[in-house]
Amino acid sequence: MIQVQQLCKSYRTNDVLSNLDIAFQHEGITAILGPNGSGKTTLLKCMLGMVLPDSGDIRINGSSILHKYNYRDQVCHVPQTPHFPENLTGHELIQMVRDLRSGVTRENDLIQLFNLKHELDKKMSRLSGGNLQKLNLLLGLLYDCPLIILDEPSTGLDPLSLQNLKAWLLQERDHGKLILFTTHIMSFVEDIADHIIFLLDGTIYFNGQLQELLRHEQEEKLERAIANILKPAL
Amino acid sequence: MGKIFKYTFYDLVRNRWMIFYTSFFLMLTSALLLISPDLAKVAISLSNITVILTPLVGILFGVMYYYGSTDYIQFLLAQPISRRSIFAGMYTGMAASLSGSLILGIGLPMIPYGILTSPALGTLLIVLFMAVTLSIIFSLLAFLIAMRAKNKIRGFGIAIFSWLFFALIYDGIFLLLLLLFKDYPIENLTLGLISFNPIDLARILTLLKLDMSAMMGYTGAVLQKFFGTSQGSIIIVSILFLWVLVPYLLIMRMAHKKDF
Repeated sequence: MIQVQQLCKSYRTNDVLSNLDIAFQHEGITAILGPNGSGKTTLLKCMLGMVLPDSGDIRINGSSILHKYNYRDQVCHVPQTPHFPENLTGHELIQMVRDLRSGVTRENDLIQLFNLKHELDKKMSRLSGGNLQKLNLLLGLLYDCPLIILDEPSTGLDPLSLQNLKAWLLQERDHGKLILFTTHIMSFVEDIADHIIFLLDGTIYFNGQLQELLRHEQEEKLERAIANILKPAL
Repeated sequence: MGKIFKYTFYDLVRNRWMIFYTSFFLMLTSALLLISPDLAKVAISLSNITVILTPLVGILFGVMYYYGSTDYIQFLLAQPISRRSIFAGMYTGMAASLSGSLILGIGLPMIPYGILTSPALGTLLIVLFMAVTLSIIFSLLAFLIAMRAKNKIRGFGIAIFSWLFFALIYDGIFLLLLLLFKDYPIENLTLGLISFNPIDLARILTLLKLDMSAMMGYTGAVLQKFFGTSQGSIIIVSILFLWVLVPYLLIMRMAHKKDF
């Protein structure tokens, strides 16, 4: 479905992605992990067209997405830090996304899932950090897209909302969606990810199943396995 | 573009700085009208204030709005719309709310004084046209500065310096040049230099249209000769239009290539 080919991106003298080659062929949940500055967010931003690569290509369903925007109709995105216009309400933001996209929305299910019914009339400046993140998830997951990209989706969520988010994502996976996410919460990865890509200095250090990584690092918990990888790197 | 414009406008008309800006002009105009009910005189007093204040507010508000919207821009970039539509919509939404504040703040208190049927309406329209044009030009410059400078403190610093340059420093250099070359015929240089400063252009068009060039002595006579005709006004408006068009095209070009 997605092919990342020889992708390079550097900011001035800092090489963030170096000749990255990845293919996401099937549905499922893939966690993109790595230390700070390893290129996780840059990779996702390249897929969304926010960051333009220096060289290489990204193809979705066979077509290059570079300098295009129509393909984003098929991509749902939940960004990392939600700062929406502070004088708009949740209802107005939902209406804005509806104006910008086409298709059937699932807002009622998501409002119920994240218990947002009483928050949608409030201005953004009056919402708490947790509710802002829930609204961010609602807006990102509003449409039924085959590809879902989430950047640190669990930040600021209470345990119930986190549990509901996991259940929603697993359900989406069962409906044949491809879900890519980044996080630093390893228990979240253990609970939902089928596949792990570990980036280190802009290249792929590991690309495989969770169990393979644990076997490779001879650990039982993902957190310790990741720490083992990072110790020599740091 | 229209949809982004709509929501940017919705957001900004409820923005507390925008409400403060509108209230400031409402109070200022009302106070001036209480001092002197002569509408033409009030409009001229307002022109002296707007020619300095609107570029400052335009450039500072533009920088502040851009920096406050970086996450929102990223959110919009993930939607199936072009970068051009996002930036055009956001910019025009911001410019429309700034302009709306000025028109409302200055125009509304004058209505009970009969401005709509008064001969001073033309004067007021010129003052409003200049205030709106300066707001548009300086908020465009603000977007250019903020898109270029990632560091907010640096961005605000450049913005304040730009305003200072066009509002004060430029005129200082200009006067120094006139003084240094006073023995030479420098009318053409004077006219050329004026074109590079939108604040000067706005000032001169206002002065000429309000028939105040006699107060400026020989310089006023030169300016009156060149700009005072309808052809001169067309030239000033065309240069002001270029001051809008060039930064706008630069913003679009930068938006096309920039990483977010």
